[in-house]
Amino acid sequence: MSTVTDLVQWGLRGASQPRRRALALRVGAVLAFLGLWSLASGLVVLLELFNPIFLAGPWLVLGKVVQLAANGELWEHVGATLLRVLVGFTSGAVLALALGLPAGHFRAVRNALEPIVELFRPIPPLAMLPLFIVWVGIGETSKIAFITYATFFPMFLSTVHAVQQVDPLLLRAASSLGARRTQLFVRVVLPAALPEILTGIRLGVALSFFVIVISEFIGAEQGLGYLINDGRNFFLVPQMLGAAIVLGLLGYGGNALVVLVERRWLRWEHPASA
Amino acid sequence: MSTAGVGGAGGARVQIEGVHKSFTLDGRSTPALIDISLEVQAGELLCLLGPSGCGKSTLLNIVAGFIPPTRGRVLVDGTPITGPGPERGVVFQEYVLFPWLTVTQNVEFGPRLMGVPAARCREITARYLEMVGLSEHATKFPVQLSGGMKQRVAIARALANSPSIVLMDEPFGALDAQTREIMQEELSRIQRVEHKTIVFVTHSIREAVYLADRVVVMTSSPGRIKEVFPIKLPETRNRFAPEFTHYESEITRVVKEEVAKVHE
Repeated sequence: MSTVTDLVQWGLRGASQPRRRALALRVGAVLAFLGLWSLASGLVVLLELFNPIFLAGPWLVLGKVVQLAANGELWEHVGATLLRVLVGFTSGAVLALALGLPAGHFRAVRNALEPIVELFRPIPPLAMLPLFIVWVGIGETSKIAFITYATFFPMFLSTVHAVQQVDPLLLRAASSLGARRTQLFVRVVLPAALPEILTGIRLGVALSFFVIVISEFIGAEQGLGYLINDGRNFFLVPQMLGAAIVLGLLGYGGNALVVLVERRWLRWEHPASA
Repeated sequence: MSTAGVGGAGGARVQIEGVHKSFTLDGRSTPALIDISLEVQAGELLCLLGPSGCGKSTLLNIVAGFIPPTRGRVLVDGTPITGPGPERGVVFQEYVLFPWLTVTQNVEFGPRLMGVPAARCREITARYLEMVGLSEHATKFPVQLSGGMKQRVAIARALANSPSIVLMDEPFGALDAQTREIMQEELSRIQRVEHKTIVFVTHSIREAVYLADRVVVMTSSPGRIKEVFPIKLPETRNRFAPEFTHYESEITRVVKEEVAKVHE
């Protein structure tokens, strides 16, 4: 069994590498990138190509991040961003599941909800941000509501699709084993739909970090988006890059968290590697 | 239903009374089954045989309660059925295991739904996994099993729920020839212990003669009953015995007429 998968993987992506070598390659690539970056920023200074504040070297950026972390300012901004993302994304996910599960399961609910969702979905969420500010003010509520709004769509759609595409034979098998309506939903539909629902959730997490930055550009006094915008106003390139990198790390962490949940809950998809 | 739930072994009687089924395609009603009346005795293994598209799977789905007949009805021990029920276990050609559950969890799915206590569930599961020879694979997930193993789990899952009737829709159709014969032998061995009422859909004449107490040959689309062959062979059958090949050739002749019609 596993030999077939090995063959397929081999064919698609080349021979699998031993873990240590793979890790070495990954770390090496990052170091090489940092090296190139240092070299470029160094050359700018040496050859006086342009004003060096445009391309701050990695050490300058790192120094800025460390400085902000040491005086506590960084954590304030990270905390503000994370709280908004957490509350906004969670509300989006709860809403998406609360509407998406019944919409996937019951045709009537789907017929009622889908046209409304399809009406709003093609509008880029960012186009709605000023409206959110007009409606609920410039404070926390508009930022959180905006994340909820933006993340709702992909999570709702993937939930609906996940429930809809559950193999009807699974439902037949369960009902001929004596499962009633609620049991069918809880014991067959939910677990069968889970992989795709989690894919939607992963999209939602990524999207939350995407949109929070923009809403923090506007009328925020805290948050990593604010830090970037503030850096732009005062030409603090290391601060801008530093905040961006921290955002990237947070997004990476968020994704890793969902992957961890997937590994636990979807162990049945790849039991051999677990 | 008296036979529902977890009880002992043994089968129930199935009566199919004047079942018609038509499907509506592009606004036109196409008949799939015409006037099927059939009685399956308690503990009998009945094979439905016919060319592809003759409606034998449709008939099985009606007996399972997955789709309603256009006319007519199906009775189990005298009670008309209204939908799927645990007294009628189903084994599908595509296995249809729950991929997120282990082998054990798949097998105990039915008993647990019925509220059977955990200790008893474990006993039942162990018994049926042993019966199908999968005790060593109890903690594996379906993706880790071969086709033949998956179908064994599906059979164990159906039996663990103590149905009085087992409906099998070309269960061995997707297996290779060797595995297929082994599975036939195992099913016949299990049936000698369990005495379920089994309705077994197949298009393999050899399979039907090997397993069945009676073989019902259906006409090509729309499906009617063409001929019924009681198979008077010993419980343990020899595929190479002259009596076996005699049945085989006799049924082949009748089936060929129908296959020929399809190609006309």
